[in-house]
Amino acid sequence: MSVANRPVHRPLSPHLQVYKPQLTSVLSILHRATGIALSVGALYLATWVIYAASNPTAYALFQGFNTSILGRIVLGGWLFCTFYHLCNGIRHLFWDAGYGFELKDAYRSGWIVVAVALIATAVSWIVGLRLV
Amino acid sequence: MNSDLRTPLARARGLGSARVGVHHWWAQRLTAIALIPLVVWFAISLVMMSGADYGAVRAWIGSPVVMVLLILTIAIGLHHGQLGLQVVIEDYVHGDGFKLALIVAVRFIAVLFGLAAIVAVLRIGFGS
Repeated sequence: MSVANRPVHRPLSPHLQVYKPQLTSVLSILHRATGIALSVGALYLATWVIYAASNPTAYALFQGFNTSILGRIVLGGWLFCTFYHLCNGIRHLFWDAGYGFELKDAYRSGWIVVAVALIATAVSWIVGLRLV
Repeated sequence: MNSDLRTPLARARGLGSARVGVHHWWAQRLTAIALIPLVVWFAISLVMMSGADYGAVRAWIGSPVVMVLLILTIAIGLHHGQLGLQVVIEDYVHGDGFKLALIVAVRFIAVLFGLAAIVAVLRIGFGS
């Protein structure tokens, strides 16, 4: 084996697990995670509309799950993903426009996003429970 | 002296080496802005309708304003989701063939479900 073809064992940079999680990095990955979850949720919601266009029996079966305890938990998860991704998305749009890059601003906007998402989720989920 | 190595024409066209330039980035932002009011409306509506029976949900979907807003939410939402998933796939999937297959699959599924849902809304609204 020539020198050029020999595999080189360069030191690797420290990987994710050695870093202490910070609010900014956790919120960043949460934006992606909620985005993926919402994509799956969108297919579920499309199916809901499709069932509403079919016959009452099929819709009742689908809606039976939605109004069950598990269905309500799924709705709560969807609401959190939606409100979190919405609020953090607005935070991203401000960054795109060039605002809020100072470290203290990034932390402050991050905590605002967390607070608003949690409050909006709790309020809407409880309102939804009372309507059933 | 101009420090930009691109020609003035290349700069004006705004296309990068892959010849798509900022289109993906811009489409993602534009759909995001459009989704801000749509998603707030849809989330509130979904909570209100989450326990609705067959008749009530069809009456809601079939009203003219809801039809328009719902079709917009379906089309723009799925487009935004597909753009986002493409970035996630490009970041984490490294095999070229598998990467391309996943991106194509995501697009096909988004269009299939989007069209099916829009047809469903129209069927309810126009009563067939």
